[in-house]
Parts: sequence; C-alpha cells; structure tokens
Amino acid sequence: MPKKNAPAPCACQAGEPVSKATLDARLDEVIAEYKDKPGGLIPALQLTQATFGYLPEPALKKISAGFGMPYSEVAGVVSFYSFFTTHPRGKYLVRVCMGTACYVRGGKDVLEAMKKKLAIDVGQTTGDRLFSLEVGRCFGACGMAPVVMINETVHQRVKPARIGDLLNRVLAADEKPATQERP
Amino acid sequence: MLNVTINSRKISVPEGSTILGAARQAGVSIPTLCHMEHREPIGACRVCLVEVEGARTLAASCSTPVTDNMVVQTHSVRARAARRQVVELLLSEHDGYCPTCDRNRNCELRALADELGVARLPFEGQKASHHIDASTPALVRDNSKCVKCRRCVTVCAEVQGVGALFPQGRGFATVIGPAFTQDLGGVACVQCGQCAAVCPVGAISEKSHVEAVWKAIENPAKTVLVQTAPAIRAALGEEFGYEPGTRVTGKMAAALRRIGFDGVFDTNFTADLTIIEEGTELLTRLKKALVDKEKVALPMFTSCSPGWINFAEYYYPQFLPNLSTCKSPQQMFGAVAKTYYAQKIGKKPGELVVVSVMPCTAKKFEAQRPEMNSSGVQDVDYVLTTRELARMIREAGIDFTSLPDEEMDAPLGLSSGAADIFANTGGVMEAALRTAYEIVTGRELPVTNLHVTAIAGLQGIKEAALTITGTKPDWRFLEGVELKVAVSHGLGNTRRLLEHMKANGPSHHFIEVMTCPGGCIGGGGQPRFTDDSVRLKRIGAIYAEDEGKPMRKSHENPAVKTLYDEFLKKPLGEKSHHLLHTHYHEKKPH
Repeated sequence: MPKKNAPAPCACQAGEPVSKATLDARLDEVIAEYKDKPGGLIPALQLTQATFGYLPEPALKKISAGFGMPYSEVAGVVSFYSFFTTHPRGKYLVRVCMGTACYVRGGKDVLEAMKKKLAIDVGQTTGDRLFSLEVGRCFGACGMAPVVMINETVHQRVKPARIGDLLNRVLAADEKPATQERP
Repeated sequence: MLNVTINSRKISVPEGSTILGAARQAGVSIPTLCHMEHREPIGACRVCLVEVEGARTLAASCSTPVTDNMVVQTHSVRARAARRQVVELLLSEHDGYCPTCDRNRNCELRALADELGVARLPFEGQKASHHIDASTPALVRDNSKCVKCRRCVTVCAEVQGVGALFPQGRGFATVIGPAFTQDLGGVACVQCGQCAAVCPVGAISEKSHVEAVWKAIENPAKTVLVQTAPAIRAALGEEFGYEPGTRVTGKMAAALRRIGFDGVFDTNFTADLTIIEEGTELLTRLKKALVDKEKVALPMFTSCSPGWINFAEYYYPQFLPNLSTCKSPQQMFGAVAKTYYAQKIGKKPGELVVVSVMPCTAKKFEAQRPEMNSSGVQDVDYVLTTRELARMIREAGIDFTSLPDEEMDAPLGLSSGAADIFANTGGVMEAALRTAYEIVTGRELPVTNLHVTAIAGLQGIKEAALTITGTKPDWRFLEGVELKVAVSHGLGNTRRLLEHMKANGPSHHFIEVMTCPGGCIGGGGQPRFTDDSVRLKRIGAIYAEDEGKPMRKSHENPAVKTLYDEFLKKPLGEKSHHLLHTHYHEKKPH
C-alpha cells in the first residue's frame, strides 16, 4: 500500500464516530486516485476497508462504477482475498493461521478452541462486537507455529488450552504490543 | 515466419502464433475446454498440455507462443497421460450424472474423457458445491457441473460487455457466478444466453419449456399454434447431422406438423409486419424532426432483440426514448394470433396456446413481461430454443432427415425474403430500407440484388449512407436527405457505439442492434459450438433463403395487406398501437 495514502482511522476503532459524508468523500478520493492505474483495484479496496473498517456493499458498487469494472469482478477480487471482509468486524480481529506449518502443528485445534471460547464460527463477530474470527493463510511466521494474529500482533506457539488467557491478556493490554511474550 | 515441428511435421507459422494455433495449422487437434475464438488465451483448464523439446515441464499450448525451431509433441504418451489426469481431476469434483444431463449428447468433458481413454475415476473427494440457480425465466445454472473454464465469464464480459459472471472465492470453493454468489435474477443479466452457448458442459442451459408444450399439445381443449423465428431454419439441421448452413425450412414445417401443432406458422409473417410498423415509425419520426421541427428521439433503434432491450433498460436508460416502440416479431405474432386469428377460427384468446421457436433464451424472458398481454392473456405462452425443438423432434420419434419438405400454413405462415434476413446482423436494417425507400420514392432500393453490402458481414459496427432522391409528393421533405444508418451486433460492440454517441452526439438516423454476435443466427439458443465459420455459413443460408423467394419486400406480403384491410386498418393506427407497440422502463438490479 503506498505510504502517501495512509489509511484514515478505521471507523470502528476511531474514538469519535466518523460522519458518513467524510467516509464517502474519502471513498471518492480513493476512486479518483486509483481508477486509471493498472492493478489499482486492490489498493483501492485496501484503503476502502481501512476507511470503513470493512467493505460495505454501496462502497463496492461505487468502486465498480468508478472503475468501469463489472460488480461481479470486484466481488470476485474481494472474495478471493481472505484479508477483505464485507461484514463489519469486532474491535479485535482474530485470525487463526491455517497455513501448512500452523496446520500440522495444531492450528486446527487452536481454531476449534477459539470458536468454542468466543462461541462464534469463522467469519462471525461476537455479540459485544469485541472479537471477529477469521482463518488466515500464512503470516510468514511459520517458525513460531501455530500462530494467531490479533489485529496487528502475532501471537506464537498458541496452546488451545490457554486461549482464554490469551484473550484476557489482549483485553487487559488493550492492544499493547505482545509479540515477544510466550504464552 | 517461424519454423516449428509439430509431431515431426515441419511447418512455418506467423510470429505470435501459439502452439495450439500452429497445431491446428498442421492439422492436429489439441483438445481444450477454455479456449475461445478471437479471445486472449487464459490457460484455465490445462487440458491442452503438450510436450516441448527441451522444456522441463509440459506447456499449455493455448497460451505458449511458438519460438523459432521449436519441436512439439502434442500427443506423446507423457502429454496424453497429463491430459488424462487433468480430466480425471475435473471429473473427481464434477457432480454430473450424465444420463440425466441436458448435455448428454454433446458434452465436451464427456467427449474428452472418451478421447483420452479415461477408464476409471482414480480420485475420490469432495464434489463441487451444488446449487441450482433457476432465478431467471431464461436460464438455469448448475454449479455442480461447472468445470470453471471461464468461457461464460469471457463471453459475458468481453463479447457482451455485461459482466454478470466472474469467479467468486478461491481454490476448491471457487464458484463461477454473479457477485458474491447471488443468483442471476438478482443482477443485471440480460439473459442473452451466450454463456449457455459457450458452456462446454451442462452447467448453463435454457430453462426448458418442452414438457409444458407437450402437455398443451395433448390438451384437447387447446388449439396450439407454433411460430418459428427466421434463424431456426438455418441451424436446426445441425442438430440432425447436417452441415452448418443447410436450410431445413421444409423439413422443419413437416416436423412441427408431426409433433402435433394445430397451426404451423412463421415469425417471418410478423417480421414483415414489423417492417411496416417500424418503417412507418421511422418516417414519422423523421417528418416530426424535419417538417414539424418537433423534438423527437433520433436515431431510432430497432427493438426486436430482447437481450438488447434488457441491456438498454439496465445500462442505457437515457436511450430508451430512442428505441422503436414496436414489439418484437415474436410478440407481434402472439398478439395477432390471439386476436385476429382467434376471431377468424372462432376461438377465444384463452383457448389458443402460442408456442414460439426461437434461437434465443432472452425470448423466454420477453414472453413473460407483464406488458405482453395485449390479447387479454399472455400473448406467447411458451418459448422453445432451437435445441429444445430438436429435443422434441427426437422425443417424438421423428426421423428428421427422411421428412418431406412441407409448407407453412396460411395466413400467418406467409412471408417475404425481407423477413428471412431478420435472422442475421444487418438484415433488419436491409429489410427496412427495402420497404422505406420504396414507400418514399416509389422505386426499388437502388442496390444490387437488394443487398446493402456495407452493413452485411461480421464486422462489429457497420455504417451505410443513402441519399434519397426522386421522392413522392408526400415525402418531399426527404428529398436530398442523406439517410445514415448503423448496425451493431454483440452487446460489447453496442456499448462502444452508445459510448461514442454519448461523447460525440448522434450521427445516424436509424440503428439496428442485435444482442448476439452475428445476430439471431448466433443466438444463445442455437445448436452449440458456434464460431465465425458457422455464423457465416448460417448467414449464407439465410441470404439464399431470401433470394429464393418470389417476394422479397415486406410491403408486398399479401397476408400482411389483408391483415391491415380486415383488422388493423393502418400502420401506427389505434389497433396497432394497442397490439403491436410497447413501452420500456429503466431497470435496476434488485
């Protein structure tokens, strides 16, 4: 993602709610910036997701019209990449890695434990809008498998039995970096 | 030129050739599921793998350019084994049960399995997602049969400029379909059926009306009339082993009679009627613009092609006033049959069933539009594609090839050569010019053999200009006017034409639009595997049909004259307005 287009604070994480007009204006800027650039759709979608916190249907339709690209194609790109979401996410996005290394080192058990602990399925968000659960496809931390990424932080060698502790620590630390800690 | 050796045969091919193209030139057929004529190769299906000397891996021949002195083995043991495995993998997730599949007779995957000697299914695993999308009146999609070759994606986006379909998701879970795996009924699909025409397997087909038609035929309380579009006679034979371009008009009439239709009629009859109404409408619009200085929508667009109507309603509503208000010949036929003809034979509209045979899937949509009930009931009850008619002929045990040539019934089976050429791109325009020029000048259209060659053929957008001289007194205002016309086929070309018009203003008086490449002869309901060579042969058959008719201008059709004398009274009159004209409205996907 180009640096000069640093994303606006995500709507769901910013302290003050951002007005719809501000979000729409931001979307217009993104479309104008990227519509004629080769391969411009993906950065435009990334910035849009950073702006809204997810990819709302009206925003995608606007991108489709702005780029002169069929809506089916925009949807095809959105649904191809697991980092894009069309549903609002919780404050914490939990991605359990199911890449090969994590999978063979127990990622599947971690995922099952996470589903049970949060009482949601993959793709869902808890009722209190705190946690969303997704499956990741390798974060490049295979040496520390199995890993779970919560927002921008990678948690290594996660044990299914200690999922509760992990989540509590995340809530307590309120997003303080936790990369070095061992569970 | 590049030298290449294909299976020890040395040939020269132009720079930029692919291995697939070179092999075809060498008379070697390499199988493929995703390749499409005139389209960039996408290498999606991996069925066309070949061995290239010196290369470590096999190459997809559709997307590998030939290099000088390349040596290729297209059918070595290794290449065939790899191809067989690709097909075995496709079959492992294919949830098709061949005997019940619509494509039983001409499935490309099934043919490939045979060609490659697939004797068993070595891979067992999960099947593709099973969802049947029957949300539109025209088409049925079955994802469990999809091989994800993406031909439908290509034809929808690139040829038709619609883009209703695209791969959704990734990996094994990929589904080809509308945005976020919605059904077609929820998106701006024009229902042209080109996706069904290019699908190699049974994943996209027309919604069948065959059973309903059989029931109607066996119902003694119903009089069942059939109309056949002009394009059917030039293509139906292909379903029975005839070469593309073989005219089977007489056998078709005989088959329809043997199936049990009570009246064997011709959409050609109302094609002639369309020319009278639409020609008069054009001249009226020109008079309003030139004499009365009224603001009228020009250019006028033809309105026979229901995919084009859907396209305009979804994507170009600003041009709806430019569409001729004439119904399509299919719908004119339904309205005339259930009023004029019903009266003639002493029946009520509800006692008649009108079945049409169309080269088209969008006609199924058109027939059920709420506006199409001018007779008080649905004017056209059922629409069969060319393929469905072939199915009925087989189901009825009719030996098509040994049928005698028979004539259509009077009066709704009578037509001119001008009606025949409604089947191909440029034909409606030529038919209209033959009549309009003669109305205005009293003389025959001054072109060789009545053909306007500038607007014939497969070029995407065609133009012609004709200076009108020697006008009759009523039409003096057209003296010296240079009438400019354009013709487009394939909605992608139409989109280009409309965008050009939006940017530069109108430069024509009259524009013919046909939804499908080549016009109706290349429609979504025609016998499958239509490429340009097939299109040209069908077009050749249509022109031959036209030239073989003693009467070649719509206004000469005596049955149409009688219809006006006895019933309609005059073109654009009150009855015409009620029965033969319609209106359009902007549509948004749900």
